Amino acid sequence: MVFPFVNMLSYWFYLVSVLVLIASFFVPGGPTGAGWTLYPPQAITAGTPGSEWGIILMLVSLIIFIIAATMGGLNYVTTVLQARTHGMTMFRLPLTVWGIFVATILALLAFPALFVSGIMMLLDKTIGTSFFMPEMMQFGTQLDHTGGSPILFQHLFWFFGHPEVYIVALPAFGLVSDLISVHARRSIFGYRMMVWAIVAIGVLSFVVWAHHMYVSGMNPYFGFFFATTTLVIAVPTALKVYNWLLTLWRGNIHLTVPMLFSLAFIVTFLVGGLTGLFLGNVVVDIPLSDTYFVVAHFHMVMGVAPILVVFGAIYHWYPKITGRMLHDGIGKLHFWITFLGTYLIYFPMHYLGFLGMPRRYYAYEDYQFIPDSAQSLNAFITVVAIVVAISQLLFIFNLIYSLFRGKPSGGNPWRANSLEWLTPDTPPKHGNWGESMPVVHRWAYDYGVPEAELDFVPQTTSGDVVPVHESDLDE
Amino acid sequence: MLAQTTSIPITAPRSYFKRRSASAKTGLHLLMAAISSMYLLFLLSYILRSQVSDWEALSEPWQPLAQTGQLWINTALLLVASIAFEMARRNIDRFEQGNTRELLWLAGLSSFGFLIGQLVFWQYLTDHGYLASSNPANAFFFLLTGLHGLHLVGGMFAWMVATYRLRVVGQNGGNRSVSLAKLSIELCTTYWHFLLVIWMLLFALLSSSPGTYAAIAKFCGIG
Repeated sequence: MVFPFVNMLSYWFYLVSVLVLIASFFVPGGPTGAGWTLYPPQAITAGTPGSEWGIILMLVSLIIFIIAATMGGLNYVTTVLQARTHGMTMFRLPLTVWGIFVATILALLAFPALFVSGIMMLLDKTIGTSFFMPEMMQFGTQLDHTGGSPILFQHLFWFFGHPEVYIVALPAFGLVSDLISVHARRSIFGYRMMVWAIVAIGVLSFVVWAHHMYVSGMNPYFGFFFATTTLVIAVPTALKVYNWLLTLWRGNIHLTVPMLFSLAFIVTFLVGGLTGLFLGNVVVDIPLSDTYFVVAHFHMVMGVAPILVVFGAIYHWYPKITGRMLHDGIGKLHFWITFLGTYLIYFPMHYLGFLGMPRRYYAYEDYQFIPDSAQSLNAFITVVAIVVAISQLLFIFNLIYSLFRGKPSGGNPWRANSLEWLTPDTPPKHGNWGESMPVVHRWAYDYGVPEAELDFVPQTTSGDVVPVHESDLDE
Repeated sequence: MLAQTTSIPITAPRSYFKRRSASAKTGLHLLMAAISSMYLLFLLSYILRSQVSDWEALSEPWQPLAQTGQLWINTALLLVASIAFEMARRNIDRFEQGNTRELLWLAGLSSFGFLIGQLVFWQYLTDHGYLASSNPANAFFFLLTGLHGLHLVGGMFAWMVATYRLRVVGQNGGNRSVSLAKLSIELCTTYWHFLLVIWMLLFALLSSSPGTYAAIAKFCGIG
């Protein structure tokens, strides 16, 4: 990282923000019950848990966290722009780096929106301003506030909130491209378009926010605009899905645990993405809003698909970090329980949403519109969720067991091209490269090159040894 | 064999410093982008909130921002700081370090004066009953000027680093310490110019008439 001191500061600020949030469990009134969306006026009025102290600590924690995230973000983006090794042009970067790079730019530009809304709500609570607080009654008593706009908070929050979900998803998009290409022994299909798709998704993510607000009471004409942009953002996203599939097509697919997780990502992201198209349309969204259909959608695209990629990535890079392979059998068991389990949790949940079962209710007894079959399905989902949660212990066990008893991996067990697999030591020592930095001659996706001796050509291999093709799109 | 690697020693001094300088400037530009994003959102919120009927603009003839004398003094102090930084940056480019120290101190003291002047105006407002909670226009005034002041306080830490590095140059000389001091001063100069532009935008908006921000609101499709 180019700014080691700022990096260190960002961690400690982050830790302080977490401690402040944990402290909110111990203050009078307990932690805030306003959800992650923290909508005023409810978040700071009586009736919502934590509306005295919990919300204050939550907002303070967020403000400190955003400062930490900004520091970290500056570090990541500047490092990618300024500290690449010799020969590493932007278009030779692995897609993992592109995904993280664009996600971090999004974070730098979107977190200020949460910062702005957090400060204004904090002032509304602590000194009685009326940025968001309208004229209203609280348990029969008129409050002092007047003129504020809760919709303003929603606009500010979701201006952050939508880029946030792409901050979650884009690194996963990048990671899965690298997992697929390595484990299918194929160059990523359409690398340059994959890069532009990541950039386009990042840019477009700033103009779709109000699709979270179709039922908020905002100007209905906004619905036209935001539904259109929401459908437009599906285009570069779909492009990426096609390219992942085309990378796999006729590839030498090794069904390793990372590859299994990558395949599961494609399936679950597709399902979640399709339901996003439903929700992106205003008229369809209105009956589905605040139902389990929404919960099912965002868990599929954000909670299942990227997490599967993260698991795959851990299995993929664990040998580099520790010098040992994770146990394959336990890994496959972990994979199947997690994949099938999360599918069984969130796929049926769509049906609950279609029935109109609302989200964020603590109990569902005695509602005539919720049939017994829905209650049974809800219970089934809960049981599966508990099973999946417990099965993650397998993964934890594998991490620790393999640290001591895992098969030694060597420097490059997956025979991959990217620089991290070419370090002189595994695990890499401080500084990664020792006395001399590598020089990059090609992109990260030379797999199955006819002129090469093996089916992979590391990035540091010069053009004299294996020709560098025009299709590598060198700068 | 696959790894036909050419390599470059990791500690080439000149390229190391060039990269460090480029990195610092990129980092600062990104920070400025994030801060601009924050201010844009605050200003949009300001415009939106200003169209609600309970808004009592501070710039009306009987309100405090009709007399902007104190704020103009503060603006002048910030302008002096910006100019001082700019001159210090050009001086050190020509390795005339003699003046640079004085200019740096002038910039620091001027900025400190700006902060004091802002607090004086805050005191004036609160003494006359213009509290943040009494009206949204007041709330936005305190919020926007307060955040600007906090960003300037953050900049003062960078100013301290620049002053220290310049002192090191005076004691030890040498190209490396001059380069470091120059980098610090360049970064501070850019940041101070940025804060000056932000302040002038804020000042213009906060002291503009209700008609002006109604027009801006209409342009943005609000109200």
